[in-house]
Amino acid sequence: MSVDADTVRKIARLARIGIADADVAPLASELSAILGWIEQLGEVDTAGVAPMTAVIPNHLAWRADVVTDGGIQAKVLANAAQATSGFFAVPKVIE
Amino acid sequence: MTSLTDLTIAGMKAGLAARDFSAVELTNAHLAAMEKARGLNAFIIETPEIAKAQAAAADAALARGAARPLTGIPIGIKDLFCTEGVQTTAGSKILQGFIPQYESTVSGKLLADGAVMLGKLNMDEFAMGSSNETSAYGKVISPWKAKGSNRDLVPGGSSGGSATAVAARIAAGATGTDTGGSIRQPAAFTGISGIKPTYGRCSRWGVVAFASSLDQAGPMARTVQDCALLLTSMCGYDAKDSTSLNLPVPDFVAGLTGDLRGKRVGVPKEYRLDGMDATILKLWEQGLEWLKAAGAEIVEVSLPHTRYALPAYYIIAPAEASSNLARYDGVRYGLRVTPPGGNLADMYSATRAAGFGAEVKRRIMIGTYVLSAGFYDAYYTQAQKVRTLIARDFELAFQKCDVLLTPTAPSAAFAFGEKSDLGADPLAMYLNDVFTVPSSLAGLPAMSVPAGLSPDGLPLGLQIIGKPLGEATVLDAGLAIERAAGFTARP
Amino acid sequence: MTYTDNGSHSSYRVLGATGDWEIVVGLEVHAQVTAQSKLFSGAATKFGAEPNSQVSLVDAAMPGMLPVLNGECVRQAVRTGLALGAQINNWSRFDRKNYFYADLPQGYQISQLYHPIVGEGTLAIETEDGDACVIGIERLHLEQDAGKSVHDLHPTMSYVDLNRSGCALMEIVSKPDIRSPAQAGAYVAALRQLLRYVGSCDGNMDEGSMRADVNVSVRKPGAGFGTRTETKNVNSVRFIMQAVEAEARRQVDLIESGGVVVQETRLFDPNSGTTRSMRSKEDAHDYRYFPDPDLLPVEFDDEFVAECLASLPELPVAKRARYESVLGLTPYLANVLMAEKETASYFETLLTACAKAQGKSEADVARGAANWVSGDLFGALKRLGLPIEASPISAVAGAELLTLAADGTLSGPMARQVFEAMLETGEGAAAIVEARGLRQVSDTGAIDTAIAAILAANADKLAQFRDGKEALFGFFVGQTMKAMAGKANPGVVNERLKAALAA
Ligand SMILES: [Mg+2]
Ligand SMILES: [Zn+2]
Repeated sequence: MSVDADTVRKIARLARIGIADADVAPLASELSAILGWIEQLGEVDTAGVAPMTAVIPNHLAWRADVVTDGGIQAKVLANAAQATSGFFAVPKVIE
Repeated sequence: MTSLTDLTIAGMKAGLAARDFSAVELTNAHLAAMEKARGLNAFIIETPEIAKAQAAAADAALARGAARPLTGIPIGIKDLFCTEGVQTTAGSKILQGFIPQYESTVSGKLLADGAVMLGKLNMDEFAMGSSNETSAYGKVISPWKAKGSNRDLVPGGSSGGSATAVAARIAAGATGTDTGGSIRQPAAFTGISGIKPTYGRCSRWGVVAFASSLDQAGPMARTVQDCALLLTSMCGYDAKDSTSLNLPVPDFVAGLTGDLRGKRVGVPKEYRLDGMDATILKLWEQGLEWLKAAGAEIVEVSLPHTRYALPAYYIIAPAEASSNLARYDGVRYGLRVTPPGGNLADMYSATRAAGFGAEVKRRIMIGTYVLSAGFYDAYYTQAQKVRTLIARDFELAFQKCDVLLTPTAPSAAFAFGEKSDLGADPLAMYLNDVFTVPSSLAGLPAMSVPAGLSPDGLPLGLQIIGKPLGEATVLDAGLAIERAAGFTARP
Repeated sequence: MTYTDNGSHSSYRVLGATGDWEIVVGLEVHAQVTAQSKLFSGAATKFGAEPNSQVSLVDAAMPGMLPVLNGECVRQAVRTGLALGAQINNWSRFDRKNYFYADLPQGYQISQLYHPIVGEGTLAIETEDGDACVIGIERLHLEQDAGKSVHDLHPTMSYVDLNRSGCALMEIVSKPDIRSPAQAGAYVAALRQLLRYVGSCDGNMDEGSMRADVNVSVRKPGAGFGTRTETKNVNSVRFIMQAVEAEARRQVDLIESGGVVVQETRLFDPNSGTTRSMRSKEDAHDYRYFPDPDLLPVEFDDEFVAECLASLPELPVAKRARYESVLGLTPYLANVLMAEKETASYFETLLTACAKAQGKSEADVARGAANWVSGDLFGALKRLGLPIEASPISAVAGAELLTLAADGTLSGPMARQVFEAMLETGEGAAAIVEARGLRQVSDTGAIDTAIAAILAANADKLAQFRDGKEALFGFFVGQTMKAMAGKANPGVVNERLKAALAA
């Protein structure tokens, strides 16, 4: 699989990682190499094989519906770059 | 008397119990060693004040006769574990200055058992790496040098700070985490022991996630017994982690015998790679002889899908990582970069561009790509099916044996830049994990034990892989190798 | 594509320059699950709290935090699925839906794409003009709600409150079976009613407990599906109907003027009643769904499903049918009394108490009780601005009043007087009757005495009456009642008066 520059930009956009123009080509060739190597997986006959869901057999436990958490606004906001009046603040979002 | 920092944890416990030295003395000795070895860059931050206070509390507990299993034992905590009130960065710039308001379950259990925290250990950024070169806080240098060389060597990764701290006698033990070999490979590179338990044994709550279905915490220490001791404290069901195993945890120290009579040790033939290092092959043979001498029977087994483990891993781990690392967006914690006049999307892109290093970005990109529309089934679903086949291989192999013995890594520690310099193939680095990744994919317990030296005097490890929940047998085999190998070399 | 016949008899059409257009609508309703705590954390779900005060470290997506499933949400999803007559999946799984947004702290929403907990079902609906049809349900799955961004508190910043982040939602997806704005409205109303009956969602659309994504496309009747748009988060039945109408109109106008409908996300503007393209969602979406590795599959046995089924109350369709066929109520009254489950519950308590007190069957007392609830009680509650749950007269107290009226203790006017007193004082009917001496007199002796006195005192009128001026009968009744201070049983007064006049 060869990854082109447009694909690199598209993936970077989806991943919200800004990339400099100069980095696009090297990234394209690196990703191409890695994805090319990964593609050998296609050789494996997996007909009738279920994808792994739990690596060690285990059962999902359910919580009781009880309020046991919250009321920790200060802790929630403690590490925020910007917090005002109990809110996180971010650059304006236009819907 | 040997230096306090040379003691094993078991030796420290005995000395503390006998009042040969105090916990404060023991901690101070380690803090002194930490200062002296600062050039190795094993710690991202040192916490001497916390350590001293905990040591004083340990002495008080000892005086009260209220000692816990690890009372007064100075350890390092990998910076992937969130520690309440103490900066936790996962080796990344994006988390610089992040002070968790909570303590990870595993570090909390160690502290509750009396351990003393010396500081937060350096690591590859978000645990992505096998050489500790991807840390945003500078590379960790192995205390080891090749014979006749002064070149700095990598400690392995991602738990490279943990490995260096333990090998250099700065910490008696350390926590590591292992996603594809991040405990075992650095343990092998630095001549110490480390065990990754069965997936689900150690809670992942409060451990910065890399790849959720693979991440497991485990101890690193200088002896198998010390590993057993730390592991007993670290394991246990945690209702806050849905993938945690709700099973009793045995006392791994009490059960440790090194006796392998009646046990069968499997040798997976697919691990004998073309062009494999002769020293490593020889060491592997030697290891089998040692286990035979400890009473085990050796059987050859087959793990036919072994060669697909690495490519499957390099789909599953980046896919999960691309999603796990989406939360680092500059909104609630960590770095925020807002370009002048930029909107929210600009802030995300700038923050993540500035906050993540090259390897992390590469893996997020791969993960994003393999999950994207049109590729999901071909890559991710296929990888999870191959994972099922790999787990099945182990299951079949374990019908014939109790543990497997393999090399831990294909080589001894390498020099900085050797596999990471500009233009170097990232795949060369990924191949380091060829022996450790399959058992990670299958969630199996696995440990590395130092077994010998390379021709230029660098440590080499052997890996023991066990059945699900078979930590005790893994530790027994590890102890048998440790005893037979008589590994006494030190940096 | 096949045309789905939903059984409707109406054929709503949008009139275009090129002829009639048919509209095709599918609704994705997000209903907040009634639960004390969130889907994956122990933080509270109450509406209207201080910003970020009902947020756990899990909801804020702090590093290393992990989700733990709330079993009650599973139970409510299964109960709702059963109420929709839907396929219940004993094995389902949570997936991550990956996208970046200020109020989505994890950078992904935990949802269920590949294996939802509930599969196909149906919902019977009826529009206000009586058009009845059945709408297919595609699926119901559990997912996390997002937080809330506030855009109007600062000129250049948006503020983020994560209180809602992680609250459990059921996303209920209809098949594209809806063919008119009225059907869209009726569907949401019926779904809301069902959820409220089941108790899995409070249906409070003002507080955002229920909101719909409205998928609309248009086509020439009988043609294949057109390109659809999705109008997000419309939060009232009226707005949903408006959004359908406006969006269909826009698409028809667009196509007829040579344009092409683009598959996109749109926003409904309640002020203008129109939809517009959402700028923040312009990006081509690629959600990169994959199973959440922090969770295991959700599994339960048939016994759990049976318990969920057994816990369901009588559902709206069955209740309405029973009110008509067993209780003999008119379709109108049946609908009025079962529309809200609180009303039905009040009515049924009242009915049981009346039947017991009067020694009759529920069917025998149903009409009286129904008329009283829909008349006197509704009128009073409307006047007081109270919901029926807060009625000053409890159902049991109401039964006491109705029973006193039924056994003749109270006349109609007296009953109304007692009713007002009950509203005012909150006291019971019998106590008021006792205290105010309001007991109706049916004793013929006392009435006869009064009649005799009145006839004696009005000999002239009596003569006129006997001469044929029968209208004076009312006069005598009035005088008798007056003499009896209004407490005489009017039936008995009539009867005795007739007898006396005839003598
Ligand atoms: Mg939607
Ligand atoms: Zn949804």
